[in-house]
Amino acid sequence: MKRVTFNWDKGILVFLVLTTIVGSFVTPYFANASNFSFVIQDIGEFMLMAIPMTFLIISGEIDLSIGSSLCLSSAALGYSFRHGIPFWLCIIIALLVGLACGLINGILVTKFGLQSLAVTIGTLALYRGLCFVLLGNQPVNQMPLSYTNLGSNSIPHTFLPYVTILIVIFGAIGWTTLHYTRLGRWTFAVGINVEAAKFSGIPVARLKLALFAMTGLMAGVAGIVYTFRFASASPDGATGYELSVIASVLFGGVSIAGGVGTMWGVLAAVLELGVIRSVLQLTNVSANTLLVVSGGLLLLSVAIPRAIELSRNRRKLVSSDSKS
Amino acid sequence: MTDAVLRVSGATKNFGGVRALHNASLTLYAGEIHALLGENGAGKSTLLKTLAGVHRLDAGEIILDGKKFHEGSTRLAREQGVAVIYQEPNLFPDLTLAENVFAGRQKVNGKIVDWVGMQTEAQTLFDQLGVPLNPRSRARGLSIADQQIVEIAKALSLNAKVIVMDEPTAALSSKEVERLFNVARALAKRGAAVVFVSHRLDEVFELTDRLTVMRDGATVGTGITLDTTEADVIHLMVGREVSELFPKGFHPIGDVVLSVKNLAHDGLFENISFDVRAGEIVALAGLVGSGRSEIARAIFGVEKYSHGTITMLGKELAAGSPSKAMAVGIALVPEDRRLQGLFMAASIAKNSSVTILNRIKKGFLVRSKDEAEIAKTWGETLELKYADINDPVERLSGGNQQKVVLAKWLASQPALLIVDEPTRGIDVGTKAQVHKLLSDEAGKGLAVLMISSELPEVLGMADRILVMREGLMVKEFSRAEATSANVIAAATGAVTV
Repeated sequence: MKRVTFNWDKGILVFLVLTTIVGSFVTPYFANASNFSFVIQDIGEFMLMAIPMTFLIISGEIDLSIGSSLCLSSAALGYSFRHGIPFWLCIIIALLVGLACGLINGILVTKFGLQSLAVTIGTLALYRGLCFVLLGNQPVNQMPLSYTNLGSNSIPHTFLPYVTILIVIFGAIGWTTLHYTRLGRWTFAVGINVEAAKFSGIPVARLKLALFAMTGLMAGVAGIVYTFRFASASPDGATGYELSVIASVLFGGVSIAGGVGTMWGVLAAVLELGVIRSVLQLTNVSANTLLVVSGGLLLLSVAIPRAIELSRNRRKLVSSDSKS
Repeated sequence: MTDAVLRVSGATKNFGGVRALHNASLTLYAGEIHALLGENGAGKSTLLKTLAGVHRLDAGEIILDGKKFHEGSTRLAREQGVAVIYQEPNLFPDLTLAENVFAGRQKVNGKIVDWVGMQTEAQTLFDQLGVPLNPRSRARGLSIADQQIVEIAKALSLNAKVIVMDEPTAALSSKEVERLFNVARALAKRGAAVVFVSHRLDEVFELTDRLTVMRDGATVGTGITLDTTEADVIHLMVGREVSELFPKGFHPIGDVVLSVKNLAHDGLFENISFDVRAGEIVALAGLVGSGRSEIARAIFGVEKYSHGTITMLGKELAAGSPSKAMAVGIALVPEDRRLQGLFMAASIAKNSSVTILNRIKKGFLVRSKDEAEIAKTWGETLELKYADINDPVERLSGGNQQKVVLAKWLASQPALLIVDEPTRGIDVGTKAQVHKLLSDEAGKGLAVLMISSELPEVLGMADRILVMREGLMVKEFSRAEATSANVIAAATGAVTV
């Protein structure tokens, strides 16, 4: 008999459809192309950062500094632009700064054997502090419109924002890499049992370093998207983004203990987050409530799988009792 | 001697299909030091864990001090007067020694903890044992020998009637062993029955009054130590003539595959040199902790070594890199399959393919069809019992899990297969299959280095036997020379029998 199992990531999809339907009923402004475009734009950075974060959490690590890394790349972009560096070079500098943020986290974790939770709490504050060192209290504005328009306009002949292109490309790369390549297999293996991974010849430290570097680099990409979107680089941007990213990854069915998760579950979860935010904003719910909702989702995503596991165990006990 | 303090009779215990105890018996008298002997897997640990309250017997009776012993609760076991001192005690590192002695049952005045009372009493206990420990210092950083003393003091404060020491000397220096012996004698003088488990026969003969030997879960002999010789003990421990059980087929032996020269790593093993040839099964015999697994891990590169060279197929191997070791055809089936061998939550297919992802990918993409094919082929060869190749390995039985570990490494088509305790904890039928498989693969030219604590397995399978003791390679036997008696004698350091 084929067992029908409930999968958390399938549940997310159902949840997403339900929220969309409910949203279309409660507010007339929800179900239309321009709002959809707005939702995508709203969650663009989250999507881009949730992709590498999925790898990292599956491998058993975490990066809490991702919001600060985003801001530091954005600040580096603004800083170098303020000092007259050509804009295309500023973009490359921003990417390199993001990569460096990730590499520093990765080296501290893999070479010095520190806990990623502790390391990235530290760099969360450190990178944020550096943003203020670079920019002072002054945001950088008046960036070239030819670039920043990419952050606010739609792709010609469509209602989709430009960030959609990045989401599709990186989403596809992330998806295939996680589920169909050696790197993906290794990521799961390390997350399930790091000791067995070493005994299987998997270069655990190199893999983790690469995952941290990838996360930093994607924070850099998100930093550029963010800067274009607001046509500005400020030292206090993207505050609290790490929570939204990690909350959606966990909400998407990735286990905080590592070893479990799917890319499409995460992508659906980020979209779900965007849809909920949109519905709440359109029904004039305050920003504080939005925070409550993100926190609630995070708790749900850890509590519900646990509840399912407990009830499964109970059923197993009952059935083995009745056998004996 | 007077009436027995403890009398175990007809003790029987099964774990799944594995018979751990079968009609075992043990009698202890007050004031004696009693040695419990037997090979690994003879049932000593199960018996001791039952006394410690960890296990409950399927059948049999335990009488402690004339009353029926309540099984299955560690707390009740302690309260009834049984204390077990483990090889490596578990103290609370950040608590003081006095607090550790009284852990879980602090002395109180009303609701207030009586620190001074605990410290005074702990001091008295340490004095009685003749050991200069400060009850006010913290347990962190204490040597294993001193940690054991703290545990013994705890046993004393509980007025334990039976004190079990499970291989207490394995990690001690000779001076510390001496001190422990004095403590044991002091305990016996106070009227406790001390059970002493050790693989070192010289210690047994120096310290104990009586001894009991176990084999295959049963008690096969008991007597007064003075009236017994080492040869008697070894004969009782080994018993059967078993080398026919695990026949290795005869194959021609080829060229040298692995050559180890002067390998050493501080404190673990020293001056280790040996070769393994194609088609040959070489066994590393010896007691647990004699350095065998450490050598295996050094060869495979999961651990480092300080001196020496490892040459594989004529080329020197870089240290400390499993992936480089794999690239030159080394495979290691590790000691602990749950912790080191398998990804329990991952599927049979994914577990089997983790070593060969490079071979089954096209461009960047892993071909899951090939992956399942290879896993199924090996599953057939190994007679693996499974419902679906995509089921997680945690659903398989222990024996089948071990087959998956073997599949994972055989799939990598190694030239040298190192197997560390390849049949530990698996049933007899599967054991025979594993042995046949190793023999067949050797027949096809595979070089096999086998580590095993089971003597029958060593004697039955190996073309050559290298015996390790305390980090040194002390003896080499050919298949024809080796007998259970001379291998055990070499491994335990007993005088030749």
